[in-house]
Amino acid sequence: MSSIRMTLAGMSGIAGVKANDTFASWLKRMTQTLGLPLIGLLVFLFIWQVGAKQIDTSLGQFPGPTQVYEQANALISEHFNERERESAFYERQEQRNAERVAKDPDYVPKIREYTGKPTFFDQIGTSLVTVLAGFAIAALIAIPLGICIGLNGALYSALNPIIQLFKPVSPLAWLPLVTMVVSAAYVSDDPLFAKSFLTSLFTVSLCCLWPTLINTAVGVSAISPDLQNVSKVLRLNWLTHVVRIVLPSSVPMIFTGLRLSLGIAWMVLIAAEMLAQNPGLGKFVWDEFQNGSSDSLGRIMVAVLVIGLIGFLLDRVMLLIQRAVSWDKNAITR
Amino acid sequence: MAAHLELTDVSIEFPTPKGAFKALDGVNLKIERGEFVSLIGHSGCGKSTVLNIVAGLHQATTGGVVLDGREVNEPGPERAVVFQNHSLLPWLTAYENVELAVRQVFKGKKSKAEMKAWIEHNLELVHMTHAIHKRPDEISGGMKQRVGIARALAMEPTVLLMDEPFGALDALTRAHLQDSLMEIQNELNNTVIMITHDVDEAVLLSDRIVMMTNGPAATVGEILKVELPRPRDRIALADDPVYNHCRHQVLRFLYEKQRKVQPLDSRRPKGQAGTDAKARKQA
Repeated sequence: MSSIRMTLAGMSGIAGVKANDTFASWLKRMTQTLGLPLIGLLVFLFIWQVGAKQIDTSLGQFPGPTQVYEQANALISEHFNERERESAFYERQEQRNAERVAKDPDYVPKIREYTGKPTFFDQIGTSLVTVLAGFAIAALIAIPLGICIGLNGALYSALNPIIQLFKPVSPLAWLPLVTMVVSAAYVSDDPLFAKSFLTSLFTVSLCCLWPTLINTAVGVSAISPDLQNVSKVLRLNWLTHVVRIVLPSSVPMIFTGLRLSLGIAWMVLIAAEMLAQNPGLGKFVWDEFQNGSSDSLGRIMVAVLVIGLIGFLLDRVMLLIQRAVSWDKNAITR
Repeated sequence: MAAHLELTDVSIEFPTPKGAFKALDGVNLKIERGEFVSLIGHSGCGKSTVLNIVAGLHQATTGGVVLDGREVNEPGPERAVVFQNHSLLPWLTAYENVELAVRQVFKGKKSKAEMKAWIEHNLELVHMTHAIHKRPDEISGGMKQRVGIARALAMEPTVLLMDEPFGALDALTRAHLQDSLMEIQNELNNTVIMITHDVDEAVLLSDRIVMMTNGPAATVGEILKVELPRPRDRIALADDPVYNHCRHQVLRFLYEKQRKVQPLDSRRPKGQAGTDAKARKQA
């Protein structure tokens, strides 16, 4: 992950070459910013290729970089094939409906949904929607609650044991409970959301709530006494105090919490999908594992890399938002 | 006739694990309207505590503060404070920092345009027009302190409280700000209480210098009237017999009468002098 970041930094470095730079210093910078990460990547690929050959499993050899590359291409073409089949299906349906309407003008055409298997990319989409929704719910609860806890010492003392108790609970422990509660509570003839979606959603929220909650509370309670005195001298009312003083001054800590939360949310989601058979990348991995063909391990490895890449990108996006929103440009934004 | 601002028998005790700590004992002080009073004393003598009680940030255990016939028991903008380390909100520009105060104090009394003009006027007073839209981390320490003063002045305070306003600045910047402050004082003629540990600063700026004895149970030791005509000029005053006499008086009080005997390693760093009371509270 960091190699990509450094490479990006390196590229901007190339763009900024100054006329008075000597070639030698340029070369030195290039080696440092671009060369070293590249070497690291190549060494990793080499070790992977050589190491993979040594591992034999009941599903064949452990996939090396080349097999993974092939499987990635296969997954992409599967996706496009599936999309073609889908549009063909709708085309045929429309044609049939048009023919029947031509014969019998009273006929009301029925539209049937295409019921093909979701592709790898569909699963990625589902996972992303779920993780962002779960994370949003967690943030909406954790930030206001964190502010209240940070402002009020008594509330903090009252809630701290509960927070400490639930913080380390694994998502897998919550999952059966959430599943049962969702099944019991969410009864509707025309559900807006699938139950599996809600189960994953709440499991993710429950697990990623804590870092934001704790960091917000710490950030709020760490506001400098000088700024609090300013607020007192100005006789700011509670709301103005929170909006103008408390919130901005704890923004850096809130974002630290949010980034931790999003990372946890993404990890939790994959596990939840895997165990609960909810649609998403986790289910993809589990299905491939159960499928047990000679391609399975390669396809799982593609999923592993994609999961890592998406996790990295999610963190980068949060970082960009933090840079745009936070006043503290000196905060460690890495 | 009652004085403009009157401190009567002000004592304060802070609870500590070892029992109550008496920081101030029987402080009496009367200040007239438009008077510039300095509080001077060794660090830890409770000067900041006196200021915080006048500001309403601390409550006196016994005795009290009366401002224009009304007892002080909570903080308020009519007793604006200039804090030692500027205390500007780092996410707001100089203009917005002053604006926050102006909006709060003149809500419903001034129109938007009047407020804007008032904010700009106060920033002009402290010579900060050129950096009006800069944030605190983009300007120097002296400039931050100027904005802090502008913010306090913009509240149109009855009494301006300054807690070692120039303590964290280098000598040249400090002199520059002292001149600015005299200029502003000449124009506005505010009632000011300033804490300082700089003898020259006290003599140059004040009408009266209140010298405090060493804590615990600190109180007013001596009060010196500085009978120098205004406007005062620091260069001309260097050879002035009255000026030097005043300096001498203060120095004698601090280094002979109230000499602080203390091992070097237990001395607090300079920057913390403003939070003496708090440090003691936690000790």
